[in-house]
Amino acid sequence: MSTHPPGSEPESAGSGSTPATRRDFLKRSGTALAAAGLLAACEDDPTGPMMPEPDGVTLDFSSDLGVLNYAYALEQLEAAFYIQVLASLYPGATAEEEQALRDLRDHEVAHRDFLAAALGSEAIPALSPDFGAVDFGSRASVLSTAQTFEDLGVSAYNGAGRYLVEPSFLEVAGKIVSVEARHASVVRTLMGSSFAPSAFDDALPPGDVLAAADPFIETSITLINA
Amino acid sequence: MSNETDFWNALDPDLLGRMTSRREALSRAGGMAGTLALASVPVALAATASSAFAQSIPQDVVDVLNFALTLEYLENEFYLGGLQASGLIPAADRSIFETIQDHEQAHVDFLLQTLGDAAVEKPDFDFTAGGAFAPFQDYGQFRLLSQAFEDTGVRAYKGQAPALVGTGGVLEAALTIHSVEARHAARVRTLNGRQGWIPDAQPDAPDAVAAVYAGEDRSSHLGVQVAEVTNVGTTGITEGWDEPLTMEEVLAIAGPFIQA
Repeated sequence: MSTHPPGSEPESAGSGSTPATRRDFLKRSGTALAAAGLLAACEDDPTGPMMPEPDGVTLDFSSDLGVLNYAYALEQLEAAFYIQVLASLYPGATAEEEQALRDLRDHEVAHRDFLAAALGSEAIPALSPDFGAVDFGSRASVLSTAQTFEDLGVSAYNGAGRYLVEPSFLEVAGKIVSVEARHASVVRTLMGSSFAPSAFDDALPPGDVLAAADPFIETSITLINA
Repeated sequence: MSNETDFWNALDPDLLGRMTSRREALSRAGGMAGTLALASVPVALAATASSAFAQSIPQDVVDVLNFALTLEYLENEFYLGGLQASGLIPAADRSIFETIQDHEQAHVDFLLQTLGDAAVEKPDFDFTAGGAFAPFQDYGQFRLLSQAFEDTGVRAYKGQAPALVGTGGVLEAALTIHSVEARHAARVRTLNGRQGWIPDAQPDAPDAVAAVYAGEDRSSHLGVQVAEVTNVGTTGITEGWDEPLTMEEVLAIAGPFIQA
């Protein structure tokens, strides 16, 4: 995955439709239209699209849909991680740990599936995660990776909020980010770390978040207009 | 977006001016009832703002920040009272509440600094709510009220976020407080033997705090019935989204603890 500063990515970084077409669509559609389009699209395709995009995905932060796709990318990563964690839980996990990790998996899968449905035909394709750096048989490796993902998710949503124009999108992002913060608190407590290391959480720019997530994602992600 | 150590320096006065117009339009359409709600608690909004920043922000954003400040005053004083009550908090749990109180104080200080003379004064609180509770004598009640205040705080900040669209640094600051309140809530919930997240509408919560969880069983967002697009069960779905509360709903919860 690579990130690019604003304006540095060539026009060829678009998705199934040509970049110009997609940009035109986003430009034409006012916020309300975009919202209406979202709902219509999700009715058409509740399971989310699988558009071929061999060159990776582009997240365009000039559009609310780009910001929601950014959230969708992060939720895909988290969901894939916890699915793998639960597929073969590390030895010695306590009942409390297993319950917490199951809950986290369920929440992230629900977030992922929701965003796919809400975005409909505008959703980025499924990302390929790369968890080669994680030792799934190790409690410390699993929980420290979970802590990284949850803290990163919180700072990502916090930093993305200001890009959103449509209030209902900001509201739904707010509904999700506090659950990510609850996760972070619980995982940190399991790890013996401070549940809230600061009075103010981070709000990270998307470029910083994607750079931090990069080792865990095989798919190339290009960031524009952020 | 560049790194910002000072959220407030990032504000664009022109943007705020444009937002004022939009807000006025919304207000005419009956979309904003915040000022009215604030008037229903014994909290006087200062008439004028002296800090350069406070003078530059629209009144309804000032109202949102004063609403937040009132809740932070409440939380901070609650934890100070608990920490000062001899023998109330067991040594093993003390660091949890010291951390939370430290954060609430930082939130108060931050909002006071931001609002300048526009900041509301701290009300007098009655944490017995007229004799209904004894949180500084009964640790179980202290923990329950702590959970209620934190879960309410999460919902309160969340409910105001859409009113801060377009405010850049103001929104971002509110979000970075909002998620910390959620961290607090989860820690206190697990201390209370619950999961860190809120299932359904918290059917196991005592009646005294039922209003804190009203509506948390919502499972449809942006017109998507989540159960129709995922294999995750209903409880997991309701846990996965925290729900907002309006100012009026929050003040109905907090009101009994604020003395007239």
